Amino acid sequence: MSEISVGQQSYLNSHKRHKRIVRVSRVAILLSFLFLWEFTANVGLIDSFIFSSPSKIALCFWDMVLDKTIFLHIWTTLYETIVSFLLVTLTGILLAVALWCSEKLSEILDPYLVVLNSLPKSALAPLLIVWLGANPATIIVAGMSVAIFGSILSLYTSFATVDKEKIKLIYTLRGNKWHALTKAVLPNSIPAIISNMKVNIGLCLVGVVIGEFLAARNGLGYLIIYSSQVFKMDWLLMSIVLLCIMAMGLYSLINLLEKVYQKKI
Amino acid sequence: MEPVLELKNISYAYHTLDGETKTLTDISFSVASGEFVAIVGPSGCGKSTLLSIISGLLEPEKGLIKMNGKYTGENSMNIGYMLQHDYLFEWRTVYKNVLLGLEIQHMLSAKSRTKAMDLLETYGLKQFANSKPSELSGGMRQRAALIRTLVLDPDILLLDEPFSSLDYQNRLFAADDIGQIIRSTQKTALLVTHDLSEAVSLADRVIILTNRPASISKIVPITFDLEKDTPLHRRNAPEFKNYFNTIWEELNQNE
Repeated sequence: MSEISVGQQSYLNSHKRHKRIVRVSRVAILLSFLFLWEFTANVGLIDSFIFSSPSKIALCFWDMVLDKTIFLHIWTTLYETIVSFLLVTLTGILLAVALWCSEKLSEILDPYLVVLNSLPKSALAPLLIVWLGANPATIIVAGMSVAIFGSILSLYTSFATVDKEKIKLIYTLRGNKWHALTKAVLPNSIPAIISNMKVNIGLCLVGVVIGEFLAARNGLGYLIIYSSQVFKMDWLLMSIVLLCIMAMGLYSLINLLEKVYQKKI
Repeated sequence: MEPVLELKNISYAYHTLDGETKTLTDISFSVASGEFVAIVGPSGCGKSTLLSIISGLLEPEKGLIKMNGKYTGENSMNIGYMLQHDYLFEWRTVYKNVLLGLEIQHMLSAKSRTKAMDLLETYGLKQFANSKPSELSGGMRQRAALIRTLVLDPDILLLDEPFSSLDYQNRLFAADDIGQIIRSTQKTALLVTHDLSEAVSLADRVIILTNRPASISKIVPITFDLEKDTPLHRRNAPEFKNYFNTIWEELNQNE
């Protein structure tokens, strides 16, 4: 280990200090928010019937853990989100590859994709229920519908913007279109595919919750709608907190995937 | 002896909605086995287009190309192509990059792998075989790119300004390096460049093209009376300046 100079040492120290301030501040914001919420609810500054409180939410969660009902809701939403995410990723890549293979096809379909992508997908949910019935499949399709068009468009863009010379290289080595795709375009687009996955996982969760609002007997989306109708704000807020945690967990899973990929490369 | 490559009256035009751009008119020349030919010309005159046509990436509008006495078209030719950048893929190791062509042509075998490794060793890259391309210097990257084509044992090497992405000092070294490798393996080579001194230092013959639409304005044979005829030695030889001036004047006469 080589000697560290004074200047370098002080730089390292200030970097460490910066990191510590960021970490402590993050936790402090959360804790003071929870404390303020709990405190104002307890002393009656806010109506705990409408705003609930951290302790009531925690208690409510614990009750549902004890009677095991919460697991079904969490599992349902998680399962539907993951399935629709995997389907979106797979079909997104396949369709983007199809568009890449045929420039004509992509030019023909471009306006349709743009319109479908900018359409508010929540408008489709009621239609899907009528067509497919109120079942998990509908909710998975609702989850996919939010992410799929944007996914195709952004993946196609990243495939199409791969350096033309890299593809020329494949042809000079006497490769064909298939080689260009598998040896140059796809490996070159892996970072874009992963960042697309990050967007998709969040959008699929949005779509699944919208679907559950309208047509479900289980799931956190169902719990939110049901509790708002019977005015059980503890349930409602607990479901939102659980959704937050779920979104964070799913996102960090993909972050992990990215880290593994970057380490490998 | 039959020339390795023979071009007969090649013409080519680019088509856009704004109209037709005639790029090449009536280009004919041949390259003998083991010969190193350089093509120079004003920028944008269609030098690279010519290489693309020879390699079969583009179809000529008129004219014929013979390789080893056979008309091309049945894709029988074995051509090595070096592009302006090395385009080593960052997601592959240097060794895997060298194997890319073999993979594509389904020629991966124990024998071809050994050959690739031997080439890496011969040209001093063996210790970097499992490194990423980003760990190599610019000159070493060009060498790896050359090995990627040499491992396919091409009948002719097409070099499309292969040193233009390097800075001046590295360009001199890389040109010297690659030039000597091509000489020592007795490969036939066709180099396209806008750098006249590069052409003079490397080639046996320099073909000068006119402005667009390009035709051949002059062919200058280059001979140096040197004990060690390497690109760097040539640059110091007295004849170098004369050749340079001849080509320079020919080019500017066309302006």
